[in-house]
Amino acid sequence: MIFNSKQKVTNSKLKKVESGINGFDEITDGGLPANRPTIICGNTGSGKTVMSMEFLVKGAVKYNESGIFISFEETKDELVSNMQSLHFDLNNLIKKKKIYIEYIEIDKDRSFESGKYDLEGLFVRLQHAIKSIGAKRIVLDSLDALFYGLDNNVLRPEIKRLFKWLKEKKITAVITSESDNGFSTKNGLEQYIADCVIALDNRTVNQTTTRRIKIIKMRGPIHGINEYPFSIDTNGISVLPLLSQLANQSLSTVRISTGIKDLDGMLDGKGFFEGSSILVSGSAGTGKTSIAISLINSTCKKKIPGLYCAFEESSSQLMRNMRSIDLNIEPYIKSGILKVYSSRPTIQNLELHLIAIQKIIEEFDPKIIVLDPITNLISEGINSEIRQMLAHFVDFLKGRNITTLFTAAITLETIKSNPSDEGISAMVDTWILVRDIETNSERNRGIYILKSRGMNHSTQVREFVITDNGISLLPIYIGLEGVLTGSAKLENTLRREEQDKLLANEIKGREREIQRKRMVMEEDISVLEARFASEVATLNETNVENELKVKIKEKDKQEIIDLRNRHKSSTGKLKSRNT
Amino acid sequence: MSNLKKQLPDKIPAGPGKIGSPEYILRLFVTGMLQNSVRAVKNINQICEEHLKGNYSLEIIDIYQQPDLAISEQIIVIPVMIIKHPLPERRIIGDLANVEKVLEVLNCK
Repeated sequence: MIFNSKQKVTNSKLKKVESGINGFDEITDGGLPANRPTIICGNTGSGKTVMSMEFLVKGAVKYNESGIFISFEETKDELVSNMQSLHFDLNNLIKKKKIYIEYIEIDKDRSFESGKYDLEGLFVRLQHAIKSIGAKRIVLDSLDALFYGLDNNVLRPEIKRLFKWLKEKKITAVITSESDNGFSTKNGLEQYIADCVIALDNRTVNQTTTRRIKIIKMRGPIHGINEYPFSIDTNGISVLPLLSQLANQSLSTVRISTGIKDLDGMLDGKGFFEGSSILVSGSAGTGKTSIAISLINSTCKKKIPGLYCAFEESSSQLMRNMRSIDLNIEPYIKSGILKVYSSRPTIQNLELHLIAIQKIIEEFDPKIIVLDPITNLISEGINSEIRQMLAHFVDFLKGRNITTLFTAAITLETIKSNPSDEGISAMVDTWILVRDIETNSERNRGIYILKSRGMNHSTQVREFVITDNGISLLPIYIGLEGVLTGSAKLENTLRREEQDKLLANEIKGREREIQRKRMVMEEDISVLEARFASEVATLNETNVENELKVKIKEKDKQEIIDLRNRHKSSTGKLKSRNT
Repeated sequence: MSNLKKQLPDKIPAGPGKIGSPEYILRLFVTGMLQNSVRAVKNINQICEEHLKGNYSLEIIDIYQQPDLAISEQIIVIPVMIIKHPLPERRIIGDLANVEKVLEVLNCK
């Protein structure tokens, strides 16, 4: 399903109050329901009190709305002291009457029941507090204490009455409640405070503490995965607003140069699409960071604000290394057009980095971001949750039309052994591979584009060199053995020429041989012909002889016949010997 | 609210025959003329009359009139009676209809 996030909610029933908590208003499509109670439930230490206090603090600071904090568990001094580590400046807000804290003690041990009662005392106190500072927001932390101390049959209708009363006064309330299971309160509060339930979770996964916020119940459209990572730091709570809707803004057709002219050439002649995601992968030392810096250098020149997230090299190391190849990014950092976020990935897990990055994005509004490298962040092996988080983050950036470049130490070989690596490549629009080509104990670099959505990209493998003057691409040479680069290319060229010469010689030799043989053959032929002629002659002679012989025989025969006839005619009768 | 005050004096002084401060010092918090409150006032007066024999000091406080006291005494439930003396300080919540319970709490030291 794709929701149009630009759609403004006009239905008055779904009016929202912005909490002012970083990321929270995004995931709730505007904040908490106005004039209604919201339950925040969670286990101990999940952050309920911090979140509810921040709701009041931000209300006062950002929206000039006063708020009351009714604490059933901690005294006012305890509360203020616990909040010291957060930069809420509570004392000042209390002084200015923007926040009013009251501690309500429920002491079951010294209370006895006799007859009927109600919670009018609570109502009076709340009313008094609200009036004293003109509050629009109220926190009750936590209602569980009431359930523990008082008869539930009395309590429930009174709580209903309380919220009806708060609604009439147009006050948005946040109630905290203990939860064991992460989605329902111990006392079933949500059954009759039906509007909105938020669950906070604080769990340990792989020896890392992870915090999650979940929207259990809320009126209106909820897009998203319903569970989001969040962190608590000195500025309060930050939620990572990963929404599963695909970017629904119209995609830009503006192109951004890579900073390397020939690489632009491989990308339709123009470079990357603005707002697209790019993966530059290859084994260690193949030049991925240099390519990333080329891009940043090019965008900074055009005064486009950028954010470089370095997870492997420190900021100063980066600058030094890049200077050696004539890419000087220091002036951009100084001028503020480029921000560098540098952190060791082992200290925090992925979501905390993403939260920190998202905060910088909110404050600084960069149009281009580099994450170099991303493989360290997901070194645990990409499990589905991390992958989902990454995919959502990519979508989030795309939704903001921020061009993103990731570098990763992934090669086609590593993908074979670790198929989940391929998952990253599926998330991005453009995938550039950099690889080593090793021949003659020399190592050269080749670059090629595996995919680039939406454009005609080159499928050639190009050799690229990093010199003191920067990066440039050379035309590639294809020999009989395959793609060749560098000195191997040169060697092959020479060899080829030599081979050509040899071949030419061989051909000449052969031709001569043929000539010779032909001559020999012709001679043979003439001899044969001569012999043939003589034999024919001999045969002819024999023939003539035979003919003569036959003739003579015939002649003789005839003569004898003639002789016999003469005898016969002279004597008349032929005397035969036998008669 | 002011009617109530006229009906009952804020403080009932110690009865005759007792020297010094009263044995029972009671503070009843009510909300004006609401049902439970009216009943509570009636009931406590009856109890005081019948069982405490003048040896008490009863203060009735309307939290609508004095909300600051509601805060300082940590009042949530109404009506509630705080037994200031004898110690330890105890509370009885409700309209005090269950007289047995009230006496039990009062007699319990």
